[in-house]
Amino acid sequence: MVTPILPMTLQGGVVKRRGKTVLGPVDLTVSMRGFTIFLGPNGSGKTTLLRALHGLERLATGQIAWQVPLAQAQLEQAFVFQTPIMMRRSVRDNLAYPLRLNGTSKAQATAAAEDWAERIGLSQFLDQPAPQLSGGEKQKLALARALIRTPQILFLDEPCANLDGRATREIETILKDAQASGTRILMATHDIGQAKRLADEVVFLMHGKIIESAAAATFFAGPASPQAAQLLKGDIVE
Amino acid sequence: MGEIWEGLVAGFWLVITLDADLVAITLRSLHVTLTAVMIASAIGLPFGAWLAIQRFRHRRATIALLNALMGLPPVVVGLIVYLLLSRSGPFGVFGLLFTPTAMIIAQVIIITPLIASIAHQAIRDVWAEYHDLLLSLSTSKWQRIKTLLWDGRRALMTASLAGFGRAIGEVGAIMIVGGNIDNATRVLTTAIALETGKGDFALALGLGFILIGLAVTVNLVIHTIGQTEREGKW
Ligand SMILES: Nc1ncnc2c1ncn2[C@@H]1O[C@H](COP(=O)(O)OP(=O)(O)OP(=O)(O)O)[C@@H](O)[C@H]1O
Ligand SMILES: [Mg+2]
Repeated sequence: MVTPILPMTLQGGVVKRRGKTVLGPVDLTVSMRGFTIFLGPNGSGKTTLLRALHGLERLATGQIAWQVPLAQAQLEQAFVFQTPIMMRRSVRDNLAYPLRLNGTSKAQATAAAEDWAERIGLSQFLDQPAPQLSGGEKQKLALARALIRTPQILFLDEPCANLDGRATREIETILKDAQASGTRILMATHDIGQAKRLADEVVFLMHGKIIESAAAATFFAGPASPQAAQLLKGDIVE
Repeated sequence: MGEIWEGLVAGFWLVITLDADLVAITLRSLHVTLTAVMIASAIGLPFGAWLAIQRFRHRRATIALLNALMGLPPVVVGLIVYLLLSRSGPFGVFGLLFTPTAMIIAQVIIITPLIASIAHQAIRDVWAEYHDLLLSLSTSKWQRIKTLLWDGRRALMTASLAGFGRAIGEVGAIMIVGGNIDNATRVLTTAIALETGKGDFALALGLGFILIGLAVTVNLVIHTIGQTEREGKW
């Protein structure tokens, strides 16, 4: 059994871009289990916060604490970017890549890649260059590649933006399976319906700050902040 | 007009019949240029890749210098190599002047900056594309370099081919350091210059056909690689 890296805490996290504060200060605790959805209008800092938690953004101030040293914690995390990054390789090699990095044998990595391709319905594309896939197929591939090392925590930045209903449902199924097998999920989305379907916990952001953070049931029954109430009513929140 | 026509026919005939002189000169050209391309690639490709991912103090200046070196006039390179290799020069003792080795040295100096610069741009593009993913997967520096070189391999091949195209058609520098000696340092370009001067258009044109053929082939291959890269087919 691997050592758990969670719970994790972010304290007073601030991210600046060209001297301007785009996030924070933010405090957040990520518990061991569950599915957290980040809601908020464009530019509210969802992407920045996810990237900061994953260690891709330098914190101007504040700190992140995992249960294990950072280098060790990093190996147990995965990130699915808003625009999927497709390596200039076949679908099979894209899937196998994270395993090859940590020294898994080629045969084992390929076998795992083929299993995953099966699960996400991309088996017939195994030998095709990944950049040739459709948008939805790329998203599924990026998700499978993120899950192939069975991370303890998975960050997703609007994985279903631009996807149709069927592709969205496929991705949600994979996410629920991953959650069931113990992966902690943190996801940004604009889709309130999706948030209701998936979330255990909702974090509502505006202008780089956390306005509200609550259990999903509580949040959707009656959010504490007027801005979140507006959002749920279907009004435009700016 | 008649003279040119006759020359064209005769030149074409020399190519068809694989004229001994013509073949010898062509092979020497290929030997010199391919050797130069291999050496320049061995230096330029890793250097370009390194420039693309390594942050260091004078990085921008180094890139600017590299681009400036790309514009070095070959004749001046020839002159400098000549001075260095001549009997009274610092490397005179090796007796390399007027040998194919001297020509290879000159060509390496001319095309290494070109190859490094193209490689730098290519790897920089892949790095920009892969940056977040490679960081997210907590790759080591060595794993990153390997991945970028491998996934950028077509672009890197383009860099080497561009170096080949430049070197095979170069005349000024190798004329100076090679001396255009028959059966020793005479290559396609220098032979064309000589034969044209002598008025022997048949041989000059025959050599010209081969040179054009090589140049066109290289450019076609570069184009094809670029195409497959853009369309994401490989
Ligand atoms: N590279 C950058 N340079 C400068 N400012 C940036 C940069 N990236 C993001 N920002 C700013 O940071 C703020 C937060 O952006 P972020 O991308 O985190 O928002 P978001 O909630 O993910 O928005 P969206 O819903 O549009 O994806 C915005 O004001 C944005 O303009
Ligand atoms: Mg975003």
